[in-house]
Amino acid sequence: MSDTAAAHAAHGHHATPSFISHYIFSTDHKMIGRQFLFMGLLMLMVGGMLAMLIRWQLAWPEAPVPGLNFIPEPYIYPGPDGGGIIPPQTYNALFTMHATIMIFFVVMPIMVGTFGNFLIPLMIGAGDMAFPKLNMLSFWVGVVAGVVMLASFWVPGGPAAGGWTGYATLSARAQYTGVEWGQHLWIISLLISGVSSLMGAINYITTIINMRAPGMTYFRMPLTIWSLFITAILLLLALPVLTAALAMLLFDRMAGTSFFLPEGGGEPLLWQHMFWFFGHPEVYILVLPAMGITSDLLSTFSRKPVFGYHAMAFSMIAIAFLSWIVWGHHMFVSGMNPLLGTAFMMTTMVIAVPSAIKTFNWLGTLWGGSIRLTVPMLFALGFVSNFLIGGLSGIFMASTPVDIFIHDTYYIVAHFHYVVAGIIFALFAAVYYWFPKMFYRRMNDTLGKIHFVFTYIFFNGAFFPMHFLGVGGHMRRIYNPTQYEFLKPMQDWNVFITWSALILGASQIFFLYNFIYSLFAGKKAEQNPWQANTLEWSAPTPAPHGNFLATPTVYRGPYEYSSPEVKEDWLPQDKNLGGSASAVARGH
Amino acid sequence: MLQWLPEDVSTYGHEIDSLFYLIYYITAVAFILVTVLMIVFLIKYREQPGRRALYSHGNTTLEIIWTVIPAAILIVLSFMSVNTWAKIKRNPPATDFEIKITAKQFNWDVNYPGPDGKFGTEDDIKFDNDLHVPVNKIVRLHLGASDVIHSFFIPNLRFKQDLVPGRTIVGWFEATKPGKYELPCAELCGFGHSGMKGWLHVHTVEDYKKWADEHLAPKPQ
Repeated sequence: MSDTAAAHAAHGHHATPSFISHYIFSTDHKMIGRQFLFMGLLMLMVGGMLAMLIRWQLAWPEAPVPGLNFIPEPYIYPGPDGGGIIPPQTYNALFTMHATIMIFFVVMPIMVGTFGNFLIPLMIGAGDMAFPKLNMLSFWVGVVAGVVMLASFWVPGGPAAGGWTGYATLSARAQYTGVEWGQHLWIISLLISGVSSLMGAINYITTIINMRAPGMTYFRMPLTIWSLFITAILLLLALPVLTAALAMLLFDRMAGTSFFLPEGGGEPLLWQHMFWFFGHPEVYILVLPAMGITSDLLSTFSRKPVFGYHAMAFSMIAIAFLSWIVWGHHMFVSGMNPLLGTAFMMTTMVIAVPSAIKTFNWLGTLWGGSIRLTVPMLFALGFVSNFLIGGLSGIFMASTPVDIFIHDTYYIVAHFHYVVAGIIFALFAAVYYWFPKMFYRRMNDTLGKIHFVFTYIFFNGAFFPMHFLGVGGHMRRIYNPTQYEFLKPMQDWNVFITWSALILGASQIFFLYNFIYSLFAGKKAEQNPWQANTLEWSAPTPAPHGNFLATPTVYRGPYEYSSPEVKEDWLPQDKNLGGSASAVARGH
Repeated sequence: MLQWLPEDVSTYGHEIDSLFYLIYYITAVAFILVTVLMIVFLIKYREQPGRRALYSHGNTTLEIIWTVIPAAILIVLSFMSVNTWAKIKRNPPATDFEIKITAKQFNWDVNYPGPDGKFGTEDDIKFDNDLHVPVNKIVRLHLGASDVIHSFFIPNLRFKQDLVPGRTIVGWFEATKPGKYELPCAELCGFGHSGMKGWLHVHTVEDYKKWADEHLAPKPQ
């Protein structure tokens, strides 16, 4: 281990890098992390705009959207008094692309790409990733995937409109959606994006196994690293299944095969099995890093060790195992054998247990703490609050009979936004928290708090009433709810949700301004502004290529806050208190 | 929240609803418990000068308690769900009233077997989007699709089943109250998905007979 670490420390001392090798084709994991962050935030703006258009249409169906008439027919129709009207086909493309972009090009690049790259070497005391060139390649392949996905907005017929789940047979023949190249490019982009994630996953796993600093045993790793480690393993195992399914779909569309088409002997449900066999672990790929980061932040800002560290690590491992045998709960009413539905209900109920354990341990971490309500802490608490709602609402659909009614309604939309869109709280928490390490400056606290209050209130205003719509039977993915008699009494909720969503979107200005301003003119950050224990704060700020001046030695776990051994209420992992040599020995 | 549930007019809907209510109350208790504790902790344990946080790494007894209790509740919920699920989806009861539905972009083709009682013969009688059934009668549905996946959803009956091209899926219901109930498609099926809907007409026995005499009787040659 230390040989590899030393080799990397040595390779850190480059000659002065040129602009291109420093900012563009960088092999420094920290720069790659920043690149993923910028890409993810840009895509967040795109995905957010699409969401606003979706919400507009649902609140005020077929009312012209101001300023949208720059898009030509038949994608947008000009309104009688200006503005542009969204037709059904475009609406389907909007929600398809919103979900695809948010999942594959926002949450994955930021939670996994940015924080995986930036934090893994720094938090385990390594000089860089195991394979720095592969790391660079992973980012640039990701960029190609993003460009292909965005390019699909400009091809004739518009982008994919078959839903982010791309159910066959709708997605398998152009005539069913009327989308030819948009759907091709959607498939190709996700195939490329899978390659990018796979390279990242291999890198993360290798780095964590081989490059931990002396004394950094597995059970001294911060939970952020545990979560990224497990996420990387899930990615490595889940992506090949998605890749296979996408390739088969592409063949069905372009090469005349019939994997998913019954007229040629294929089976539409095969797509759903393959997609969700990937898709359910994918949900945990998205949420596990958020859980790990939240655990670390709650501990740091409660000035208290994480409650039940081992329970936290093992519950993530349990989630990782169970995530492979719950995919069928997406398919209770799909036509799959109902007996299988019973089996998948059991496994799904079981996977709720480790999630409950995590929530209770977060509470336990707060209990008896000395809580500092900093901006990252507020967002971490926001994540817990959202995950609580998203986790509990999941129990409804785990019960097969209840799912008959709420499947494919807004109840599901509410549920997965509380879980997946709720990740944005952990994402913001992490950006506010690590900004000083990433960009050597502090973000503004007051703006951060305003951003939190607005985001928290209007997030709940946008997503909580979706439960009511779902209970009323409001289907998801419908273009115009006023076409249905039984939904008319609930239309006011759609208007309420849209206003909340529009304000939620607008209040991200506070973040955008704060982020860009602080990038150039924020207060200079000290080395360890949060008085945290983990190794990244022991590295100098700015950390050079190679990170640490000397390979750190780890003497203890990451959560020794308020330890009786020292006067201060924090105790960094690499601080030698003397006489702790035995601790290092125990570590190996 | 629960007042938004559409009126239930099926024989098994109340079983789904009572499970829904049960889970609602359990999750509401869990939600309030965690939220109140969180708020109390945030206030009580806020940073105060001179106070140091408790140095505790956890408590095994608590870990066991909060693993076992949720696990027990969830397992009980699963077992409570098994029978209702089996009743609705696994064991359709016998009946002599059968209708065949074929979904296509963007219509429900509703087929009655005609006088010979068989589907796919010349005397089948076909309707677009309108389904007529008598009240208190077990109705067996043969559900199929000819192009993409659709989903046959009758909120008032708590009935939902995807229709998959290439296979026929059997479903059933028994309506308990005459009336006209909306029948939307619940699975994205293309640009016309929104607005793909029909109506289920549940008639009293007499009204149904009248309707059947008029529409299902063999046409005079």
